[in-house]
Amino acid sequence: MVAPTIDREITAVVQAAIEKHGKNYDALIPILSEINHVYGYIPGKAFHEVRQQLHDPLNQIFVSEGQLYSLASFYDMLSTKPRGEHVIKFCENAPCHVVGGKAVWDALKERLNLKNGETTPDAKWTLVTTSCLGLCSVGPVLLIDDDMYGNVTPEQIPDILGRYE
Amino acid sequence: MKTKRAMILVSNDPESIRLGANELIHNLNEALATYNLQDEVDVSTISDINHSNVLPLVIVYPEATVYGPVKAADARYLVEEQLYKGRVVTSLLAPPKQLTGQIGSLRTHKGYNPAEQRIVLERAGRIDPDNIEEFIAANGYEALGKVLTEMTPDGVIDIIEHSGLQGRGGAGFPAGRKWRFVRAAKSKEKYIVCNADESEPGTFKDRIVLEGDPHLIIEAMAIAGYALGAEEGYIYIRGEYGLAFRRLEKAILQAKEFGFLGKNIFGTDFNFNIHVHAGAGAYVCGEETALLESLEGKRGEPRSRPPYPVTNGLWNKPTLINNVETLANIPPILRHGAEWYRSFGTPSSPGTKVYTIMGNVNFSGVIEVPMGITLREVINIYAKGMKPGSTLKLAQTGGSSGSVIPAALQDTPMDFESFRKAGVSLGSGALLICDQNTCIVDLVKVLLQFFRFESCGKCTPCRVGSQRAYEIVERISQGQGRLEELDQLLDVAGEMERASNCGLGQTAATPIRDMLKYFRTEVEAHIRLRVCPTGVCELTEEIEKVA
Repeated sequence: MVAPTIDREITAVVQAAIEKHGKNYDALIPILSEINHVYGYIPGKAFHEVRQQLHDPLNQIFVSEGQLYSLASFYDMLSTKPRGEHVIKFCENAPCHVVGGKAVWDALKERLNLKNGETTPDAKWTLVTTSCLGLCSVGPVLLIDDDMYGNVTPEQIPDILGRYE
Repeated sequence: MKTKRAMILVSNDPESIRLGANELIHNLNEALATYNLQDEVDVSTISDINHSNVLPLVIVYPEATVYGPVKAADARYLVEEQLYKGRVVTSLLAPPKQLTGQIGSLRTHKGYNPAEQRIVLERAGRIDPDNIEEFIAANGYEALGKVLTEMTPDGVIDIIEHSGLQGRGGAGFPAGRKWRFVRAAKSKEKYIVCNADESEPGTFKDRIVLEGDPHLIIEAMAIAGYALGAEEGYIYIRGEYGLAFRRLEKAILQAKEFGFLGKNIFGTDFNFNIHVHAGAGAYVCGEETALLESLEGKRGEPRSRPPYPVTNGLWNKPTLINNVETLANIPPILRHGAEWYRSFGTPSSPGTKVYTIMGNVNFSGVIEVPMGITLREVINIYAKGMKPGSTLKLAQTGGSSGSVIPAALQDTPMDFESFRKAGVSLGSGALLICDQNTCIVDLVKVLLQFFRFESCGKCTPCRVGSQRAYEIVERISQGQGRLEELDQLLDVAGEMERASNCGLGQTAATPIRDMLKYFRTEVEAHIRLRVCPTGVCELTEEIEKVA
């Protein structure tokens, strides 16, 4: 039986990531990051595939799926659940908070009708809070995919989201 | 390098890119082609750090005319007037910088704040970070050459030790002593690790160095490699810093091409290589042993110590871990000498400190000033004063594990020793300036939310303590707190300080202590009167029964 397309694709994605980052332990997180970048999250199959391709007792490389999952669940930039087409990360730390962050956060939640960590039913948006992004001189800050928005006010939210329609 | 008549520098930090810097560069090149100037004028990029309100910024050399903010649509007019007709475009000029500060008689440069002393940020914002030649032209790799050809490893460490440089990651450990420990450790393999996992809320000084002057860190790590007997270095950079990551990778390639990395550097038998490793989002990985775990492909959970990384670090080998800012001080110290370095700052804390200033002030951004200046000076001179209508209530230093400093302490000199004496901490160099509209309970709630979220969960005092402390402060902010809970809060704080495994847990309780030490009346108002004096907290009407 021929494997479904998605499986073959995952095999290729994992293979490419391993070629780029190597087969040692220090490559594990970069490999997972790469997979996360392709799919927006790490599909369960991918853990299986990474183990399959990396586990190599003869060369003292021991990799289990549980170990890979524990990495994915630990690091904030890796997701084990599917996310929306666009991910909004809102900085919830003190520097953004004292310059009006809460009002922006409330506006975001209301506009999208989402709570922290949720995805819209049409899978377009995922809304999450994040820790400091290091852009504190232009707070409040939010990140949509790789686009940074600084000095955000609640009034700008419709316009900013409109750019992704 | 080909000789050009003029050069146009365009700021391309993330803020500028957001405001259209890339389109601007495109249009400038197009306009130059229109006037057939493409062979006479170069367009290059800089990471500007000091004009955050007029981005994107354009500087035209040799006249050094500063324009800003410049829109993509202005490109053609700018080229026509300034470079074709030779006239300054007054309508686009950046507003002149206000000259206010007079501390001592430090030398000043164009574009600097008058009292700033730039050692770490000497080049950031003044050179094209993607071009190694500009770095070399500004004395780059000079210190490495000097070290490799004229000095012994112990001679290097002597100078670092004598300079009095202290670690700039927050703890202030003497850098020379750390280097000495790694040098003394016996092992064939040793590692130099640069801690660029800058995640303390409010801190982005390292990003400015990495984005603006990546070769500086490469040079410093190579020097450390020579002094300590290591041939391999890692830069662990947080995953969120994409631009800095790309610039570092490019800088490393260039350094290899030019022979500053690789085999037989400067014709000696010294070999050194650097890898850049991106994190994946975890505050705790800024803790050095968690960082090592993460580099080894594990969850970033801090190790128990001893043994310390200086003997048992990466892959269980002796490892030097230094913060970006600490390393950035190394080449200038070796170029100018320890005495020169000690002429800045205070006797117990020599050198400069890079601060990020933000909050309810007129200027937010990065400054580099001698150690020992006061908070009042920072606010009035560098931050250009509080925002209209704002008065200082408190400042929060060093991200979340820093202290909450009440206005009454604003004349304490900011150096490691004076702060220690005053019972507060300098932290990693963030200064969050808050005005009278900030509620201390609300602020501490946000800080604790951060810790409860970022606690790695390995040890119970931190995992449970940060959660319980958050719950109590949240109840107080809702008007549901009870007075005896303030004692519980101090109990939790004490247990976290005493029993947590790593520095994160041990310092996470600092904001609680500062809150109760300096702002107890305000906290009690939430409980006794069920009033938030600043009107920030949303108090619920009825007291809920606490089960």
